[in-house]
Amino acid sequence: MIQLDNVTKRFPGGQEAISGLSLSIDKGEMVFVTGHSGAGKSTLLRLIALTERPSDGQVIVDNQNTRRIKRRKIPAYRRQIGMVFQDHKLLYDRPVFDNVALPLIIAGVSYRDAGRRVRAALDQVSLLHKEKQRPETLSAGEQQRVGIARAIVTRPKLLIADEPTGNLDPDLSLEVMRIFRRFNEVGVTLLIASHDITLIDRLGCRRIALEDGKLQQQADPWQ
Amino acid sequence: MAITRNVDAVAPVRSSGAFSIWLTRHTSTSLGALGRLSRQPFASLMIILVIGVTLALPAAINVIVKNMQSVSDSWSNALDFSMYLKKDLSVSDAEDLANLIRQRADIESVGLVTADEALLEFKKQSGFGEALNQLSENPLPHALVVRPSSGNTGASLTLLQEEIGNLPETELVQVDTEWVQRFHAILNIVSQAISIGAVLLGIAIVVIIGNTIRLDIENRREEIEVTKLIGASNAFVRRPFLWTGFWYGLLGGAFALLLVQYGLYLLREPVSRLAGLYQGKIAVASLTITESAAIIGVAVFLGLFASWVTAARHMRRIEPR
Repeated sequence: MIQLDNVTKRFPGGQEAISGLSLSIDKGEMVFVTGHSGAGKSTLLRLIALTERPSDGQVIVDNQNTRRIKRRKIPAYRRQIGMVFQDHKLLYDRPVFDNVALPLIIAGVSYRDAGRRVRAALDQVSLLHKEKQRPETLSAGEQQRVGIARAIVTRPKLLIADEPTGNLDPDLSLEVMRIFRRFNEVGVTLLIASHDITLIDRLGCRRIALEDGKLQQQADPWQ
Repeated sequence: MAITRNVDAVAPVRSSGAFSIWLTRHTSTSLGALGRLSRQPFASLMIILVIGVTLALPAAINVIVKNMQSVSDSWSNALDFSMYLKKDLSVSDAEDLANLIRQRADIESVGLVTADEALLEFKKQSGFGEALNQLSENPLPHALVVRPSSGNTGASLTLLQEEIGNLPETELVQVDTEWVQRFHAILNIVSQAISIGAVLLGIAIVVIIGNTIRLDIENRREEIEVTKLIGASNAFVRRPFLWTGFWYGLLGGAFALLLVQYGLYLLREPVSRLAGLYQGKIAVASLTITESAAIIGVAVFLGLFASWVTAARHMRRIEPR
């Protein structure tokens, strides 16, 4: 599903967020990326979301070489990927329903047809009863679940999440991870950046540990 | 809890017609933009007011000039000129000459005023009757009153007068009505000035709307970033701003129309009083449907143009980080 070949991301200052990274994630896998802040977790996700372009090497997502995706084709590419963010990135001037419907509206689904799918997505994160509320009236955990509902409403094959539990307490974090787990069980590939190692170990998924933009060399005490 | 993988569901564009999607998108976006304007009624009203006044100004002056032109056109007989003939010409010579001139295409009619008729008229009107009787001979020449046909322009009239002035029989050509031509010339200058002024005001409107849209874009920067991040194209994020520009133009144009019509309504009364004094049939002509549509059309065009240029410039700069 995702394949990185010797990828380097160099910033204008010269420092490398990712240097010579190669990795491969299969279809249907649920993989965590761990590492200290600055290890390159976010950059890796941004390279997949095409908010950054690699300086070197190739990023291949769902058999598409992202290098060949032209600027004006990026929106269509992004629509195939569900994205979840640490700060939710919800639109606070409209209700939950409209937030979740947004990817469908962007894809050209009529408001009426969108309704059924939005409710299905909200149901999966157990927020069906809050569709008319504004995001700011929800708790952090609920807001993140709205963000997840928005990411999965188009039923993407790949879902990437950057510190989705970064602002949540352990109980809420576990709940969010369980939701992700359920998606994985029906075939969605997930790539989640997180530093919550205790939580990751409870889930027992593959872990890619990054350090200074490379795969961690030393033997991992948890593996 | 079951998530069904439905491939069709990811490809909605194929399931319903592209046109109906286009229509639905635009309808909902246009209503959304209108709703956004109505949520900041004061700010929106100010913009609409500015656009309305800016457009009403040249439109109103244009209507006034048009009215003056139609009034001065009714003075077309004032474009007659008198042609005084040489003293030694006989009445029959004068008649022949009148017939000759009458055949020209650019002449509507030629009237002959013989020296005797002129003297009689002069006696009657001047009150010098007795004194004039003392004259041994009529000092007045025969004269032709020439009325050019209505197809003449200012330039062709001047040419015509010169040509007639150069005839060997002509002593003097007198245009009694040069002031009408001056008036027309002034009106021409005014309409030219309006055209130039209108262009400048149009630029002002583009700047005003563009600036408003730019602020709007800045205020919604985060929303734009998020929408782009989850796959919105530039066209998608630009659309609401285009509609905002459209509404500014449409409402501003409508307001301008209202201003002009109300101004004309206020003028109607004093003008008809003036017309009564001059026994004239002067009526204020209001805007025709075509002119009204043109005002609205220009306003909408300016609104769309301004928002398009602004949105295109700024959308490309706002990329998700």
